[in-house]
Amino acid sequence: MIVGLENWALARPELFLAAATALLLIYGVVRGEIATAFVSVATAVALLVTAALLFLPYREGTAFASLFIADRLTATMKALVLVGSAVAILMSRAYFEQAKAWRFEYPLVVALATLGMMLMISANDLMALYVGLELQSLALYVIAAFQRDSVRSTEAGVKYFVLGSVASGMLLFGSSLIYGFCGGTAFVQISGALADGRSAEIGVIIGLVFVVAGLAFKVSAVPFHMWTPDVYEGAPTPVTALFAVAPKIAAMSLLVSVLMGPFKPLFAQWQQIIVVASVFSMALGAFAALRQQNIKRLMAYSSIGNVGYVLLGVASGTEKGIQAVVFYLAIYMVMTLGVFATILMMKRRNIMVEEVSDLAGLARSQPMMAFGMLIFMFSLAGIPPLAGFWGKLYIFMAAVEAKLFVPAGLGVLASVVASYYYLRIVKVMYFDEPAEAIDRPSFGVNRVVALVAAFLIAIFSLVPQPLSLIAEAAAKGLFQ
Amino acid sequence: MTIGLGHYLTVAAVLFTMGILGIFLNRKNVIVILMCVELMLLAVNINLVAFSVFQGNVVGQVFAMLVLTVAAAEAAIGLAILVVYFRNRGTIAVEDINAMKG
Repeated sequence: MIVGLENWALARPELFLAAATALLLIYGVVRGEIATAFVSVATAVALLVTAALLFLPYREGTAFASLFIADRLTATMKALVLVGSAVAILMSRAYFEQAKAWRFEYPLVVALATLGMMLMISANDLMALYVGLELQSLALYVIAAFQRDSVRSTEAGVKYFVLGSVASGMLLFGSSLIYGFCGGTAFVQISGALADGRSAEIGVIIGLVFVVAGLAFKVSAVPFHMWTPDVYEGAPTPVTALFAVAPKIAAMSLLVSVLMGPFKPLFAQWQQIIVVASVFSMALGAFAALRQQNIKRLMAYSSIGNVGYVLLGVASGTEKGIQAVVFYLAIYMVMTLGVFATILMMKRRNIMVEEVSDLAGLARSQPMMAFGMLIFMFSLAGIPPLAGFWGKLYIFMAAVEAKLFVPAGLGVLASVVASYYYLRIVKVMYFDEPAEAIDRPSFGVNRVVALVAAFLIAIFSLVPQPLSLIAEAAAKGLFQ
Repeated sequence: MTIGLGHYLTVAAVLFTMGILGIFLNRKNVIVILMCVELMLLAVNINLVAFSVFQGNVVGQVFAMLVLTVAAAEAAIGLAILVVYFRNRGTIAVEDINAMKG
């Protein structure tokens, strides 16, 4: 037996995804462009099979000389990321065909990014964390610039690349300091060294700040959000849908496992940082979105605000808080995919449009589409009894129980301000003078995704308990 | 004078700061930004190797190897994205990267 390979079967889902991606890549290269439709569907299926492998059978423990950890939390987060990526791949066809960028590499690069996200979520060592994060980031830089004859897409790629590299550098600098002052990179070693009462050492604190800054960039929390609006607006819309969902969830899960694992002894120190980032993210997400006309840019600010709410759950540092985080992320994923599926259906005379004003009078021309968007917007605004309301309620309850009264109060105020721009979209759709009508959406994946998302939100609104039980089990995994 | 851990860490911190400043102060050329990113990663490597030597464990050197590998991949992807951008715009001056504002 080779040392370190015990328990390799814990990484079966990752190994399967890696092998499937490699095989599909060979197939795509051999068959050429005609294979695109098959590779795209097959990659989405492979992602879903990987998600099933996480639970059939479900195993937990550490592997590869404890570089890799699998438990309830990682399995739940991975399942969310995999489903998000698979849906984002399926949604991309119509857009890329029209943009003449319908190539088989796209789903495969997304699959590789997803593999990186799974490794991030399962990281149990600073080295594994770094490699997983870079696998994800490098693949995402490429797909941001995937529509390579478009100035906006390539510019988004350049911006994302430059700022992403700075963030990786900061994270790495912090990791090196933590390694130096704790004597190891394994999460267990770090928490052991910190619990020894060395917690106040300045080198460790500086390292912690750098690591949190790097991760805050990846979840686009204020003050490291500046890339988000430009990248969301410039990237092709299906890519924006992916960016808004999968990497956010993966990076948030990584942030949780880093802060609640090795840095648990420094809770008092990192809590302040996270609370400040959370409050400013909620405020910026609410106020900066008020004057946005481009709906993708508006969704970027909306995602910054949502990250603020999730960070509030992280800052509470309790099991309730983590449960709220998982619950919120699941609902956020459904709402966001629904909104982007609707945005992808916004065509006029077969040309994609993405201004809020293009939606004017949608309720009269396409009542179903308008009603779907109405559900998503009400849910994002957190209007009871829709699913988004339950998500916010859990977060604020956890924050209040952790005695974070002021941040929770500010969060409620920010969500009141934010509901203005969500409701403005509803007002534009239902009460404004109709603009030239949007094309009737053809029957396709996007319509199915929007319908399923609206249906799921309806279910979560009426019976949130099952999802909340799943989130509770996931949070327990972290606190064993 | 003996050269201790502190000296190595100071050099690394100075290089790292130069890298970050280079990225944010440079208004001319995106290639310079790529060089600055490389500078940041190399500063981290000095840190890792210095810690590894002074603590007598090999983990830092393994980490430095991984960083070198990833840095090479990152430079390749960065240059590829820049080439694609240059084809569309005909320029890679930092101040011209402004198709989107808000």
